[in-house]
Amino acid sequence: MNMQTTNNVLVDVQDLKVQFLLHEGTVHALEGVSFQIQQGKTLGVIGESGSGKSVTAQAIMGIIPSPPGKVVGGRVLLNLPEEGASVRVINVTELPPSGAEIRSIRGKEISMIFQEPMTSFSPVHTLGNQIMEAVQLHYPDVSKKEARERAIEMMRRVGIPRAEERIDAYPYQFSGGMRQRAMIAMSLVCNPRMVIADEPTTALDVTIEAQILELLKDLQKEFGMAIMYISHDLTVVGGVADEVMVMYLGLVMEHAATDELFDNPLHPYTEALWRSIPTIDGDIERLTPIRGVLPSPFAVHQGCPFYSRCEKRIEGVCDQSRPPMIEARPQHWVRCFLYTE
Amino acid sequence: MLVYIIRRLLMLIPILLLVSFIAFFVIELPPGDWVTTYVSQLRTSGIQMSDQEAQRLTALYGFDQPTYVRYFKWISGIVTRGDFGWSFQWGKPVGEVIAERLPITLAISLMALVFSWLVAIPIGIYSATHQYSLIDYLATFIGFIGLATPGFLLAMILAWGANQFLGFSALGLYSKEFLDAPWSFAKAMNMLQHMILPLVIIGMASAGSTIRVLRGNLLDELKKQYVVTARAKGMSETRLLLKYPVRLALNPVFSTIGWLLPAIFAGEVLISIVLSVPSIGPLLLRSTLAQDMYLTGSIVLILSALTIFGSLISDIYLAWADPRIRYGGLSK
Repeated sequence: MNMQTTNNVLVDVQDLKVQFLLHEGTVHALEGVSFQIQQGKTLGVIGESGSGKSVTAQAIMGIIPSPPGKVVGGRVLLNLPEEGASVRVINVTELPPSGAEIRSIRGKEISMIFQEPMTSFSPVHTLGNQIMEAVQLHYPDVSKKEARERAIEMMRRVGIPRAEERIDAYPYQFSGGMRQRAMIAMSLVCNPRMVIADEPTTALDVTIEAQILELLKDLQKEFGMAIMYISHDLTVVGGVADEVMVMYLGLVMEHAATDELFDNPLHPYTEALWRSIPTIDGDIERLTPIRGVLPSPFAVHQGCPFYSRCEKRIEGVCDQSRPPMIEARPQHWVRCFLYTE
Repeated sequence: MLVYIIRRLLMLIPILLLVSFIAFFVIELPPGDWVTTYVSQLRTSGIQMSDQEAQRLTALYGFDQPTYVRYFKWISGIVTRGDFGWSFQWGKPVGEVIAERLPITLAISLMALVFSWLVAIPIGIYSATHQYSLIDYLATFIGFIGLATPGFLLAMILAWGANQFLGFSALGLYSKEFLDAPWSFAKAMNMLQHMILPLVIIGMASAGSTIRVLRGNLLDELKKQYVVTARAKGMSETRLLLKYPVRLALNPVFSTIGWLLPAIFAGEVLISIVLSVPSIGPLLLRSTLAQDMYLTGSIVLILSALTIFGSLISDIYLAWADPRIRYGGLSK
């Protein structure tokens, strides 16, 4: 599937399949995920726990924990523009996960912001040490002094007051929100083409969350990087993303521009998600939780993985074969038999 | 940091006084004293000794004085003159008896410690990073053997084996021909050969536990989020491993240096006895049996003092290594 056939595609994930081989059985974490991320744009990824959001992010970075994780199919292509008009195309899934080539991409071309600002830094090294390290890893020629200046500059940019002093502080001396700002500073210090934000505000309270989201939007305007924003929170994603992808049990269920998806949710799962969040415009509708429970991660689904919880399921169809991804409206893809001919 | 250390040092003074008092009191606990033991030994070997003579000896050594007077004399000797008292059994000052054995004890203990680290740290790291691999299982097996085998048993088996198969008598510090020989290169080499066995045996036991501790800690650290963060930065695996998780996983290993200090001073008692290594451990055992009270008391006192200093060193190390502890201590 192609969202837009432009040559601004930075990340091109094609039919990605990832499995986790555990003692208890095989978890089909990704069962053929395809999407693209445009340069400078924001893709929001929504899904429940276990839907494969984070695994997708790890696959792009080439940091799927292995063993037990394994890419069993598909490709992750990175189109990295070089000097002049040429583009370097790299297939991440083919690179050895700790080799020099993928390491030169991690942190420099694509960096990551993690969910837990409390544990994402080493507790026994200063924040400055850890931010400067990112610079020095990718720019060996940069002196320690200059790396420090870059780190201070970036910390200032993400709104850490008195950055020139705070750079020598340890993570535990920072509040959660400040730590997440430091995390963002670390992810941006090498001026990457894309930042993957894996639920960056889940561990923070709501006012801090709003600040961080605002900060990310500002930084994107300033630095022009693409963002892959992973969240289970629809309202958060709606506020930052240009387009949104809904995932469920390792499959992309729906993919469209943000406004389109919010105005015309097509997939029964997306609709159910919408009904489960409160709206501000005063509808006194009851919030309806999605019925049923998330199936066991070890289950293999012959048909649609949402079948067991779907309110519009067609017996004899949806449980027989996996629905295809179809363009039900212009630039609006959905994986559901309701929209097939 | 400096304030913290000075404050901790000041706090040591009352603790040391208390410990010295307890040490003295404990060796006073067994009935009788060195003179009664000595007299009864003489009498059982058929030598007659009159009660007057026994009383004269008791008075001579001051055993007729109350405990607190003797304690005060002993402790003031230590504090003012560094005089630990008189060893009845050896017929010379306690300080001299200990000093004679100190170098060899320290040499063996420290070398065994370094040996155990050199063996255990690489194996522990490898075990944790290659969990459930063949070498991990092997290291786990060896680690448990090292932990579970009593050192003296291993000492006996290995000493017997060395004698049986290599024709090498591993007992003592030197072979017979060097016993009274002046120092020479050959004698030094001979001593080194004799030190291998105690080193390996003493080192094995602590290597076993260090492997287990390090492997467990490192496995915990490797699961932490900051490891993924560092990996996402593009760090190489080796550099990442050594800078972050290993550094944190080694804290418990190095912070136990404090507890090891008394063990380094005393040496392994049983292993030393089996291998006839003249270290301080066997000395403590024999002096206790003979009720050579100032020698026993002094060794107990030194061991306790080393335990206390050891925990101070551990605390200082941890404060240095872990900022969370350092600043927590300072802000109070």
